[in-house]
Amino acid sequence: MEHTGLNLTLKVWKQKNAATKGAFESYDVKNISTDMSFLEMFDVLNEQLISTGKEPIAFDHDCREGICGMCSMVINGRPHGPWNGTTTCQLHMRAFKNGDTITVEPWRAGSFPVVRDLVVDRSAFDRIIQAGGYVSINTGNPVDANALPIDKKLADKAFAAAACIGCGACVAACKNSSAMLFVSAKVSQLALLPQGQPERSSRVLSMVDQMDKEGFGNCTNTGACEAECPKEISLENIARLNREYMSAALASEE
Amino acid sequence: MGLTGLFLISFLLVHCGINACIFLNDNGETFNKAAHFMGTNLFIRTAEIGLFLGLLIHIIQGLVLTYENNKKRPIKYAVNAGNQNSKWYSRSMGLLGTLLLIFLIIHMGDFWTHSRVPGLVGGLPEVEYDGVVYHDLYAKMVEEFKEVFVVILYVISMFSLGFHLLHGFSSAFQSLGINHSKYNPMIKSVGFGFSIIIPLLFALMPLSIYFGLIK
Amino acid sequence: MELNSKIPAGPVETKWTKYKSSVKLVNPANKRNLDIIIVGTGLAGASAAASLGELGYKVKAFCFQDSPRRAHSIAAQGGINAAKNYQNDGDSTYRLFYDTIKGGDYRAREANVYRLAEVSSNIIDQCVAQGVPFAREYGGLLSNRSFGGTQVQRTFYAAGQTGQQLLLGAYSALERQVALGNVEMHTRHEMLDVVVIDGKTRGIIARNLITGEIERHAGHAVLLCTGGYGNVFYLSTNAMGSNVTAAWKAHKKGAFFANPCFTQIHPTCIPVSGDHQSKLTLMSESLRNDGRIWVPKKQNDDRKPIDIPEEERDYYLERRYPAFGNLVPRDVASRAAKERCDAGYGVGTSKMAVYLDYAAAIERYGKIEVGKKGLSNISKEEIIALGKDVVKEKYGNLFDMYAKITGENPYETPMRIYPAVHYTMGGLWVDYELKTTVDGLYALGEANFSDHGANRLGASALMQGLADGYFVIPYTIGNYLADEIRTGHISTDHPAFLQAENEVKETLNKFVNCKGNKSVDYFHKALGKIMWNDCGMARNKEGLEKAIKEIKALRTEFWNNVMVPGTVDEFNVELEKAGRVADFIELGELMCKDALDRNESCGGHFREESQTEEGEAERNDEIYSYVAAWKYINAGESELNKEPLIYENIKIAARSYK
Repeated sequence: MEHTGLNLTLKVWKQKNAATKGAFESYDVKNISTDMSFLEMFDVLNEQLISTGKEPIAFDHDCREGICGMCSMVINGRPHGPWNGTTTCQLHMRAFKNGDTITVEPWRAGSFPVVRDLVVDRSAFDRIIQAGGYVSINTGNPVDANALPIDKKLADKAFAAAACIGCGACVAACKNSSAMLFVSAKVSQLALLPQGQPERSSRVLSMVDQMDKEGFGNCTNTGACEAECPKEISLENIARLNREYMSAALASEE
Repeated sequence: MGLTGLFLISFLLVHCGINACIFLNDNGETFNKAAHFMGTNLFIRTAEIGLFLGLLIHIIQGLVLTYENNKKRPIKYAVNAGNQNSKWYSRSMGLLGTLLLIFLIIHMGDFWTHSRVPGLVGGLPEVEYDGVVYHDLYAKMVEEFKEVFVVILYVISMFSLGFHLLHGFSSAFQSLGINHSKYNPMIKSVGFGFSIIIPLLFALMPLSIYFGLIK
Repeated sequence: MELNSKIPAGPVETKWTKYKSSVKLVNPANKRNLDIIIVGTGLAGASAAASLGELGYKVKAFCFQDSPRRAHSIAAQGGINAAKNYQNDGDSTYRLFYDTIKGGDYRAREANVYRLAEVSSNIIDQCVAQGVPFAREYGGLLSNRSFGGTQVQRTFYAAGQTGQQLLLGAYSALERQVALGNVEMHTRHEMLDVVVIDGKTRGIIARNLITGEIERHAGHAVLLCTGGYGNVFYLSTNAMGSNVTAAWKAHKKGAFFANPCFTQIHPTCIPVSGDHQSKLTLMSESLRNDGRIWVPKKQNDDRKPIDIPEEERDYYLERRYPAFGNLVPRDVASRAAKERCDAGYGVGTSKMAVYLDYAAAIERYGKIEVGKKGLSNISKEEIIALGKDVVKEKYGNLFDMYAKITGENPYETPMRIYPAVHYTMGGLWVDYELKTTVDGLYALGEANFSDHGANRLGASALMQGLADGYFVIPYTIGNYLADEIRTGHISTDHPAFLQAENEVKETLNKFVNCKGNKSVDYFHKALGKIMWNDCGMARNKEGLEKAIKEIKALRTEFWNNVMVPGTVDEFNVELEKAGRVADFIELGELMCKDALDRNESCGGHFREESQTEEGEAERNDEIYSYVAAWKYINAGESELNKEPLIYENIKIAARSYK
C-alpha cells in the first residue's frame, strides 16, 4: 500500500443558513492520505478548523458505505465527484493529485434549498413519495408470498429501479434540476410489479403532479442524471414514466 | 416537444428529398416541377398549415421549456463539468433551436415569401417546360447562392440542424416512452444517420451551386 | 426490583396466539385520541409508525436524518430469515426458534424468540405485498440462500441490498400514513429526553436540528426504535449518526439496560487503514462461502501474498474447526482472526488483518465452467479467466466496493479483512410486550435486548425489527393504552415538561460554554480505543477494571475540556455529536461493568478467564443464566438486577464447531 500525502486547496461553499447569502471559502489541507475517503478528508479539515477556533463545515453524511443517500456534494462540478457509480462517501482521495484545487458545492436546485454550507433540504422527495410511491395495503394478513409468482426478469428490473437511494444527484446533475429519474425509479418499480397494478394510473399522475408542484424542472433527455447516478438507475425508467403518464392521462376521467 | 419534433423531422425528409432533385443536374427541371406540385397540390397546401402549426407549437414549447427550466436553479454552479455527464448539444437545444429559428426566417424570406406573397417581395422568375409555365425556383436558388456569405450562413445553420437532430431524434422517442433494449440501437443509428445525411445534403446544395458543381 | 417479563402462561407454541386473543383492545373512536410518539424510523420505527397509523392512533415520528428513508437499517446487506420452508428442507417455526436460541448461546428469552420465529413468515408476505423486490427463481417464486449457524435455506434477499429494500417498503407505508394525516413526521429532530409524569411516560423533549429549537411533544406512549450503540467503539459498521442517546436518556429516567456488554464483532470487514478512519465497511458474510481465510505461517512475513507458497500458509479456521471450516459463526471467526494477529501473524501494513483468498474458488469455478462447456486443452490462464467471470457474477458488487475502498484488485490479490463491531445484542430491557421498566415506554428492534441473546445469527436483525414493528407492538401497545383512554389530552405545560426542557437546555449550554481545547471526536476516539482494547473481542478482569477507571477519567476530562464551536440555536453538528459522545462515555462504563460482572464466555462476550484449554469460549450456566438488567443510580453508578432465564423447551448444550 502506498501512502502518498496530498496537499490540496479546497474551495468550499459556506452559508450560515437558508436566509443568508453564501460564498466560497478557501482552505488548505496537507498530507492527506490517498487511502482516505473524501469525507474523511473533510473530517480532517473540520478537526483542523475546530482546533484553530473556526467553525467547521456542515455536510450531510451518515452510513458512509454508499447506501443511505445522505451525502451530497458537487465536487469539481460533478455530483458525488469524478468516479462513476460512486457516492461521495465512497470516493477516495486517490482520485486526486497533489496540488489539486477542489471546488465543493452543495446540490444546487430551487427545490433543494441550502440548510447550511453543503447541507440541503431534500424533503421534496419525501412529499413526492407521499403522493403515491407505495402500494396501499395495511399491515395484516396478506396472501402467502409465493401465491404471487413474478417473472424473474420483471422482478430484476423492478429491483434495479428500486435500488435508487434518493440522494438527489440526478437533480443536482440535471441542467433543468429535473427529478424525473428519481420519480421514474419509483413509478417503474411499482408499474413493473403486479402489486402495483391497482393504483398504477393514479400513482403516476399524482407523483408527477407533486413533482411539478415542488418546482423541479422538465426533462430534456440530456442523460446527465443517469451518468451521475451513484446507483446507475437507467434512463429506461424515464421512458417508462413517460409511457405510464401518457396512458394514464389519456384514460383519466378528470 | 417530441411529437412536434418528429413531425418536423418528417417534413425535413420531404423537403430534402425534393431539393435533392437539383443534383440530377437537369438545370432544375425536375426540382421545379416537384416544387410546383408541392406548391399547388391542395392536400400539400393543407398539410402546410399543419406544418406551420407544428413548427409554431414546437417553437413555443421550446421557448417555454427553456425559460421554465432556466428558473429552476436560482444559484448556478461555480464549476461546471457538464461534458463529463452529457453532450453539449443535448444541453444546448434551446440555443441551437434559436439559431435555427433565425435561419428559418432568413431562409423563408429568401424563397418561400417570393412564391407565396410575390406582391410584397417580388415574384419568382418563370420557366416553361412542355408548354407549361412554372416558377423557376431553381434560378432563384442559383442566384441566392452566388453570395458567399449566404452560403456560409446556410452551411453553419446546417451544422446547427445536425446537432439539433443528433439530440432531438432519439430524444423524441425517449419522450414518447420508447426506450427498449431491442430497438434502441436501431433508433440510435437511424437518428445518427439522419442527423448527418439530411443536413449534409442540404449543405451540399449551396456549396455545389456556389462552386459550380451543378449548373 | 422484581423484573416481571409478563410471559403468558401455557406451552410456548400457543403463548402468542392466546395472548393476541385475550389482550385488551382500544376501540377506533378512542384510538383517534391517543398519541403515540415513535423515535427512530428504521425497520422497527417505520413499520411501527405505519402499522399504528393504520390502526387509527395519532402518531408522531422522529428521526435525526433528513428523511426517514436513511435510517441505518438501509445498510443491511445479506437478508432476512423466515421459517417459510419454501425449500422443503425441513424448516419450521421450531427450528428457527431453536437456531436463534442456540446461536445466541442460550442467553435469550424463549417466549420472545418463539414469537419472533412465529411471525417471521408474515413479514415476508407483508413485504411482498408492499412491492419489495426480493430475488426470485425463474419459475417466479421467491429465492432463498443459506446463512451461518443454520442447516436450512431460509434467508430471503434482494441482491446485497435487502435492508434497503425492506426499509423502503416500510418507509413507503409510513409516508402513505403521513399523506393520510395519521402520522406527523419530524425529520432532522433528535430526542434529548423522555418526560415521565407519575411513573408514566408522557412525552419527549426533542431538538430541531436545523433551528436548534427545543420542542416538547406529548404522547400517551413513547416507542424507542433507535437502533444499537456500536458506535461506542468509535469505529464500527454503524452509520456515523447512530447513537445511544434516546435509549440512554430513557435509562436515566428509569428504564433498565440489559446485557450492555453483548456486542457482535463481524469477522469480515475491510481493515483500518490509518488514524483518519471514520468507519468500517462490512463485506457480506456470504463471502465466506467461497473464500478461504489464511495468514502466513511465519511471523511478520512481509512477502506479497501471491509470493507465499501454499505450504507456508496457515488456513487457521480450517485447521482449528475442520467440521465448519471457514463457515464458523461470527464470534468464533472473529476471535480466531484476533488470536493470529495478536500472535504476530497478521498481514498488511498495520499487521491487523488476515487474508480472504478467492484464488482457489476462482480456479474451482473455472474448472466447473470448463466441464460445463465441454472444453479441452485449456490453459491455466483460461481456466482462471472463466473462474473470474463466475466469481464476478456472484460477488461482483462486493469486489468492486473492496477495490474502491482499498485501491487493490481482489480478483488478483487476496482481500485483507479484520473483525469490526457490527451489532449490539444488548439494549433496553423489555418484557414480553416490549415495554421497558417505565410504564408507557417501549423499545423495539436493536434498541431492545430481547431476541438474540449473546450472539445474533446473520439475517435475523431485519426479521426482529420488522416483527416488533409490524406484528408485535400493534397488539401489545393496546394492552397499555386501553387503560389510557380516560387520560385525555396531555398538556406540555406540565412542570415535568418544563423541568426536562430546562435540563436539556442546560446540558447544551454546558457544551458550548465549556470552550475547552479538544474536539468531540478526540474524546470519541479515546473512548473507542479504551472500549476496543479492553471491552472488545476479548475481555479480562484486569483490563475491564482499568477501562472503568480510564473511562471515569475521560468523562471528567470531557466535561471540562470539550470544545464545541458555534451556538445552541443553529444547525450545529458538533453540538449534536457532543451530546451523543457524552452518553456513549456513560454507556461505555456500564458495558465494562456488565462485562466484568459476567465472568463467563458466551457468544460475543469472551472472558479470557473462562476458556477451555484449546482456547474455546466456556459458558457457565450455573451462575450466569440470567439477563443482567442494570438500573441507573447516578453517573457511574448502577445497580444490577437479574432476570433468570428458564429454558422449558430447549435443552441447553455446549456449542462446538470442531
